[in-house]
Amino acid sequence: MMELKTEPVVINMGPQHPSTHGVFRMRVTFDGEVIVDMEPVFGYLHRGIEKLAEERTYTQVIPLTDRLDYVASMTNNHAYVLAVERLAGITVPERAEYLRVIMDEMMRISSHLLAVGFLLNDMGAFFTPLMYMFREREKLLDLFEMVCGQRLTYNYMRIGGLSHDIPPEFLPALNRFVQEMPHFIDEYDQLLAENEILLARTKGVGVLSRELAINASASGPVLRASGVSWDIRKADPYSVYDRFKFQVPIGTAGDIYDRYWVRIQEMRHSVRILEQAIKGLPSGEVMAKVPPLLRPPQGEAYAHIESPRGELGFYVVSDNSIAPYRLHIRAPTFINLTTLRDLVIGWKLADAVAVFGSIDIVLGEVDR
Amino acid sequence: MQLEANYGYIALLLIVAIIFAASLIIIPFILSRLGIIPRKPDPVKTSTYECGMETVGKSWVQFNFRYYFYALLFVLFDIETVFLYPWAVHFKQLKLFGLVEMFIFIFVLAIGFVYAWRKGALEWK
Amino acid sequence: MNGWDWIHWLIFVVVILGFALSMIIVFIWTERKVIGRFQLRRGPNRVGPMGVLQAFADFIKVLTKEDIVPAKADRWVHLLAPIVAFVPALLVLAVVPFRDGSILADLNIGILYVVAIGALGVVGIFMAGWGSNNKYSLISAMRTAAQVVSYEVPVVLSIVGVILITGSLSMVTIVHEQQVPFILLQPLGFLIFFLGTTAEINRSPFDLLEAESEIVAGFHIEYSGMKFALFYLGEYAHAVAASAVITTLFLSGWKGPVLPPVLWFLIKVGFVFWLFLWMRSTLPRLRVDQLMGFAWKFLLPLALFNVFLTGAEVLLWEEKMASWGNFPWPFLFLNLALAGGLIVLWSKFFRLGGGRVEV
Repeated sequence: MMELKTEPVVINMGPQHPSTHGVFRMRVTFDGEVIVDMEPVFGYLHRGIEKLAEERTYTQVIPLTDRLDYVASMTNNHAYVLAVERLAGITVPERAEYLRVIMDEMMRISSHLLAVGFLLNDMGAFFTPLMYMFREREKLLDLFEMVCGQRLTYNYMRIGGLSHDIPPEFLPALNRFVQEMPHFIDEYDQLLAENEILLARTKGVGVLSRELAINASASGPVLRASGVSWDIRKADPYSVYDRFKFQVPIGTAGDIYDRYWVRIQEMRHSVRILEQAIKGLPSGEVMAKVPPLLRPPQGEAYAHIESPRGELGFYVVSDNSIAPYRLHIRAPTFINLTTLRDLVIGWKLADAVAVFGSIDIVLGEVDR
Repeated sequence: MQLEANYGYIALLLIVAIIFAASLIIIPFILSRLGIIPRKPDPVKTSTYECGMETVGKSWVQFNFRYYFYALLFVLFDIETVFLYPWAVHFKQLKLFGLVEMFIFIFVLAIGFVYAWRKGALEWK
Repeated sequence: MNGWDWIHWLIFVVVILGFALSMIIVFIWTERKVIGRFQLRRGPNRVGPMGVLQAFADFIKVLTKEDIVPAKADRWVHLLAPIVAFVPALLVLAVVPFRDGSILADLNIGILYVVAIGALGVVGIFMAGWGSNNKYSLISAMRTAAQVVSYEVPVVLSIVGVILITGSLSMVTIVHEQQVPFILLQPLGFLIFFLGTTAEINRSPFDLLEAESEIVAGFHIEYSGMKFALFYLGEYAHAVAASAVITTLFLSGWKGPVLPPVLWFLIKVGFVFWLFLWMRSTLPRLRVDQLMGFAWKFLLPLALFNVFLTGAEVLLWEEKMASWGNFPWPFLFLNLALAGGLIVLWSKFFRLGGGRVEV
C-alpha cells in the first residue's frame, strides 16, 4: 500500500461542544478519522464542594450534595446522610428508610432514561429517543415535585430521616407510574434494540474488558456491562435493600450496547423494587430525634450506595464541631471516566462520542 | 423546440440563479454599510471556533484521509456507467446481443471489484 | 430565440424560482412541525397561525445578523461557497416537468443533466469546509467528498433500470412511459436511488458532514447571517430537487386520477420529502466507514444486479408483449419479491464497518 506522509491533527472536543454533556474537554489527536491519542481535561466545573462543606453545619451540606450529580441528586443526599448517620450513630425510622429506597429507585429510572436518551442523541438520532425518554422522566419529576417542591435539586433527605412525610396524593400517582412504566420500557426496547444502525454503531465498539474495568475500579452499569456482578445494593446492603427481591443485570461483552442494555434492564428491576417498597411501606415517623446542631463524636465514617452511575461514597471526618472536618466524595463517574482513553483509542471520531455517552457522566460530579 | 434553445434557457437560468444567490449576500453587505446590520469584528469574534479553546497547530495540513481507494473505484465505475447510458437507450434495438455483451463488460469490471473487496480496499482502516 | 421563446423562458424562470422558494418555505415549516410531532412536541406555534410564518421571522432575523468572517479563513472561498452550494439545486429543477409540457427545457439527456448538476452542490460544501480554516469543517469537507464520490455510483446505476424500460433519457418521455409508477416495476432501483439521494443531499441518517454531536456543525460552522441562510436554503432546495426528481423517475410525475396534474406533482413531492423526514426522525447516524461500506458493499452490487434483471425482463417482455397484454404484471410481483429477498439475504453477507485500528 502506498504510504503518504500525513500529519496527525490535534483537535479540542470541548469544553463548548454539544456532546460532552457539559464542559468536559477531550484533547483528541487523530490521524484521518482514527483517534491515536486522547487526553481528558477535567475541572471546568470545579466549585470546591468538598472545601465548602467544611464551612457549613452538617445539615447545611445537604444542599451542596444536590449540586454534585444533578441528574440524580436524591442519591447524593442519601449517601451523605448515610455517612453522617453512621458517624453519629443515628437510627433512621423504618418509614424513612422505605421512602429513601423509593426515591433512590425513582432517581435511578429517571437518570437511566436520560443516559439512554443522550446516548442515542450522541449517535445522531435527532432527539426523538431523547424526547420519548423525557416523556417518562417528566412524570417522575412531577412526583419529586409533589414530595419536595423541587424538580432538580431536591434537598429532601435529612440526617436521621426525611425533611417531611410524603403528601397523600403521592402514592396513588407513583402506583400509576409503576403500573405503566414496564410498557414504556418495552416500547423503548421495540424502538431501539433491533435497530440495525444502532447495533452497527454499538456492538463490539468501545469494549471495556473485565480486567480493565476492575483495575480502574469502575462501578455501576459500566462495570456490570463488562460482566462483573458488583452492586452495592447486593454486596453491602444499606437502608432496607436486603428486604427486596431483585436481580442485577450483567452484560457480557462490555461494549456500548451492553452498557445500554444493562441500563434498560436496571430500569425494569427498579420498577420491581418500587412495587415491593410501596407494598411494604410502614406507617410512622419519618424523622429520628436529632439535635438541630449536630456534633458527631470525633472519628470518621464512610458510606457508599449504588447511585445510578456507580458506587457513590461519602467519607466524613468529624472533630466534634458543628461542621465536618473533612468531607471526601468518591464520585463514580470520575473514576469510570478514567477508562475513557483506553476505550476510544483506535476507534473513529464518531465512536469517541458514543463511548463517552455510554459511560454516562455528569460533570457536576466529575469536577465537584 | 430546438436543442440549442434548451441549453440557452438553462444558461440564462444559471445567470438568474447566480444573481439571486449573490443578491442574498450583497443585500446584507449593503445593509451593514448603511449601519442597519451591526459590523463590529474583534479578534475574539473572528477567531476560529474550536469549542472555546485556542486552535492547536494549523488546520491546513497533509490530512490522512483514507479514501483514495474509493476515489479510484469511483473513476472505474463512473466510466462504466458512462458506457451503460447509451447502451441502455439503445437496448431495445440491441436485443440479446446487447445484454450478453454488457454482461461480459461488467463481469470483467466486477472481477476487479471483487478483487478490491477481497484485498480489503473497501474497508476504511 | 424569438419573442415567444423569451416569454416561455421568463415564465418558467419565475415558476422555478417561485416553486423552489415556496417549497423551501413549506418544507422548512413541515419539517419542524412534523418532526415536532414525531418527538411528542408541538413544533413552532408562535409566529402566525400554527407557526406558518416562522420561516419569515427566521429570515428577518438571519438577514439582520452580523456577518462574521474568521480571520484565518480564505475570504474569497468563504464568500463564494454558499452561492456554489445553492445554485445547482435550482438548475436541477430546469428539467423537471411540473405537468405535461410544463418544463423549462426538455433536454434529450435530462437524467444525465440531473446527475451531473445535482452533485455540483458538493463543491460548494467542500469550498466552505476548506475555506473556513477550521478543523471540524475540514473533516466535514473530507467526509462530503468521500460520501458523494461513493454514492454517485449506485445512484447513477439505479437510473439505468429506468432508462432500459423507457429507452430515453428525457424526463418528459420517462413520465409518459410510466403506465404504473416505476416504483412498482423497479422497487430495488427506487430504494437504491432514494437512499443514494438521501446521502447526496446529506440528510439523516447520512448527515455525517453536519453531525452535530461529533463535528458540531461541520462545514457551516464558521458561517453566520445570510451566508449561513444560503446553505440552509441550499440544503432544502436540494431536498426539493431530489424529491422532484424521484417523483419524476419513480412515482410517475404529474400523472394521477381526478386531481389536476400539478397538484398530483406537489402531493408526490411532499410525500417523498415526508419519507426523508421519517428517516431523519427515527434513525441514528451511521459512522463514516459504515457509510462507505453501505454504498460499496450493499448498494453497488444490488444496483448492478438490478441493471441485468431489468435488461433480461425488457428482452423477455419485447417477445411476449403480444401474448401477455399491454402490461408486464408478472414482473411487478417478481421484482417486489426479489427486492425484498435480496435485501434481507445480501445484508447478512458482509460486515458493514471496520473495527478497532491498532495505533
